Amino acid sequence: MNNTVVEFDNLGHAYHPSRWIFQNYSTQVKRGSTFALLGPNGCGKTTLLKILLGALKPTAGSIKVEGRTAFVPQLFQVTFDYSVLDMVLMGRARQVGLFSQPTAQDEEAAMASLERFGMADFARHPFHELSGGERQLVIFARALVSAAEILILDEPTSALDLKNQIVVLDWIGRLSREAGLTVLFTTHHPNHALAISDHALLMLGENHYVSGEAREVLSEEHLRALYDVEIKRLLFEHQGEPRETLVPMLPSSNIARKNKS
Amino acid sequence: MSEVTTAEVVVPRTNKPPITQKRHGWAVPFLLGVGVLIAMLASLCIGAYPMSFWKAARIVVHLAWPFPLPSNPPWSVKEITVVQIIRLPRVLLATLAGMGLGMAGTALQGMMRNPLVGPDIVGVTSGAAFGGVMAMMFNFNPAGIIGLAFAFGLGAMALTFGLAKLARSGTNGLALILAGVFIGAFFIALVGLIQFLVPDAKLPTMVYWLLGTFVGADEKKVFMIGIPTLVGGAVLMLLRWRINLLSLGDLDAKTLGVNVGVLRWGIIALVSLIVASQVAVSGIVGWVGLVVPHCARMLVGPDHRRLLPTAALLGGLFVLGLDDLTRSIVKAELPVGILTALIGTPIVCFLFWKTQGKGWGRE
Repeated sequence: MNNTVVEFDNLGHAYHPSRWIFQNYSTQVKRGSTFALLGPNGCGKTTLLKILLGALKPTAGSIKVEGRTAFVPQLFQVTFDYSVLDMVLMGRARQVGLFSQPTAQDEEAAMASLERFGMADFARHPFHELSGGERQLVIFARALVSAAEILILDEPTSALDLKNQIVVLDWIGRLSREAGLTVLFTTHHPNHALAISDHALLMLGENHYVSGEAREVLSEEHLRALYDVEIKRLLFEHQGEPRETLVPMLPSSNIARKNKS
Repeated sequence: MSEVTTAEVVVPRTNKPPITQKRHGWAVPFLLGVGVLIAMLASLCIGAYPMSFWKAARIVVHLAWPFPLPSNPPWSVKEITVVQIIRLPRVLLATLAGMGLGMAGTALQGMMRNPLVGPDIVGVTSGAAFGGVMAMMFNFNPAGIIGLAFAFGLGAMALTFGLAKLARSGTNGLALILAGVFIGAFFIALVGLIQFLVPDAKLPTMVYWLLGTFVGADEKKVFMIGIPTLVGGAVLMLLRWRINLLSLGDLDAKTLGVNVGVLRWGIIALVSLIVASQVAVSGIVGWVGLVVPHCARMLVGPDHRRLLPTAALLGGLFVLGLDDLTRSIVKAELPVGILTALIGTPIVCFLFWKTQGKGWGRE
C-alpha cells in the first residue's frame, strides 16, 4: 500500500499570466498524518486547497490525491435551514445511488457519527443556529460518515473562541490518530500547527517554501522569515509533561512598560 | 494530549431541551394529496351547469373504470359530457400546470441556492413563451409548440446562467436574478415583435393565451402537458435528495462526490421541459414557481425529499383553486395568469416581511 496520499511536484498557479501566486512547490503528505499549511495572507493557501480539492487546475506542475476527500471551509453557511441530521446525512452522497434516497441504515450511520462527536442531541436542531465550534463538529461528523480518507480544512479555528479552538484542534488530532484520516489544514496560528501537526509547509514566497517535520520546520528563524515578526519558541513543563509554545514578540508589553516606569 | 470532554466544552446547551425543527414527516404531503383529490372533484361541480359532488365523483370513477358503463346510469348524457369533455380536461390541465410549476420553482431555488428565483425570474418562462408564439405564428402542431417552447426556454435559462457566470457570481446572489431579468426582458421584447408581425386574425388568441388561461382545455392539451410534467416530475422526484446536495454549493457538493455539472444541467433540462409544456398549453402563469416553494418550505422544512412532493401538491391546489375562481367570480373568464400574479405578489410580499430572520434562507 502506497503510504503517500497527496503529492505535488513543481506545482504552481497564476491567476494572471506571469503573475505567479506560487511555483515549483513539491511535497508529500503521508497517510494518517496531520499536515499544516502556513503562510501570510495572499500567499495562496486557499488556492492550494482548491487545487487539492480539484476545484482549480494548477497552472504548472502536477498533483496526485489518492483517496476520498472531505472539505471543511472557514465558515460553513447554508442557504436553507437543514437540520443537523440532514447535514450529516449528506455525507452519504457517495454511498446513495443517483436516483435513490438515503435509507434507514444511512440515517443510523449519520446518528452514530453525531454521537461520536457528542452532537446526537442536536440531530433535529437547525444547523445554522449552532455555534461556530458546533458547526465544525457537525462537518467533522459528516466527513466521517462519508468514509473520507483525507480531511481538508481551511483555517478551522479562525472563527472560534479560545475554548472551541482547543476542542476543534483536539478533534483534528483525534481524527488522525483514532480514525486514521489524513488531515491537511491551513492556519494562521503556528502554535496550532506545532501542537497537532506531524508535518508542515511554510509558504515563504512565490518560489520559496520550507516543508518537512513540523517541529523542525516551525523554527524561530523560519517563522521570522514567514511573518516578518520575531517569534520565540519556549519550552516549559505542564503537569509534569514537557511542552512547547510559540510566542510572537509584540512591540511592547505591559510588564516591560511597568518595569520602565 | 489530555482528554477533552467534548460534551461539556462544546455543547453546553445539551442541558436545555434543543430547539427542534418543524418535522411533520409525510403527514403534510399526504393531507395535501387528499386535498388535491377533493379539490379536483369539487372543481368538477363548478360552472353554469350545476352538479353534486357525489355525482361528479361517481362519473369520474366510471370514466376511469375499464368496463362498459351500466345500462341505466344515475346521470344524464349531458352530465357525463360536461364532465368528460369540458370540466375534467380543464381540472387536469390546471392541476398539472400547478404541480409542474411548484416542482420547477422548488428545484430551481434548491439547485441555485437562491430562494428568490423561479421559472419566470430566470428567463425560462419568457423564452418558452417566445418559442410558443413563434410556433403559433408558423402553425406548428402540438409537439412542435412544446419542442420550440422547450428549446427557447432551455436557451433562455442557459443565457441567464452564462451571463451570471460572466459576472463571476455563479448561481448565487443578485447577479443571477438581474441576469434573469435582462434575458427575460429580451425574450418578452421578441414576443412583442411576433405579436406585431402576426396577422390580425391570430392576435387576440395569442394575447389571451399569453395572459395565461386554461380556456379551451381538451384531451390533447392534457396529454401535451401531462406527459412532460409527469415524466419530468418523476425524474425530479428521484433526484430530490440530490437537490439538497446541490444547495450546499459547488465546492462542497463536489467534495461529497456529486457530479455537479451533469446534475445541474440535467435538472435545468427537466425544469425547462416541465415549464415549456405548461407555457405551450396555457401561456404565462406567473408567480406560482416562486410563491409555492416558499409556502411548502414553511410547511415541511427545506429537505427536498419532502419539500418537492409538497410543492407539487400545493402548486396543483393553488392553480386549481385560482382557476376555479376565474370560472366563478366573473361571467367573462379572467385569464388565470392575471389572478396568479395579483394573488402571488401580495403573498410574496407577506412572506418577504414575515420570514425576515426566521431563517428559510441565509441570502
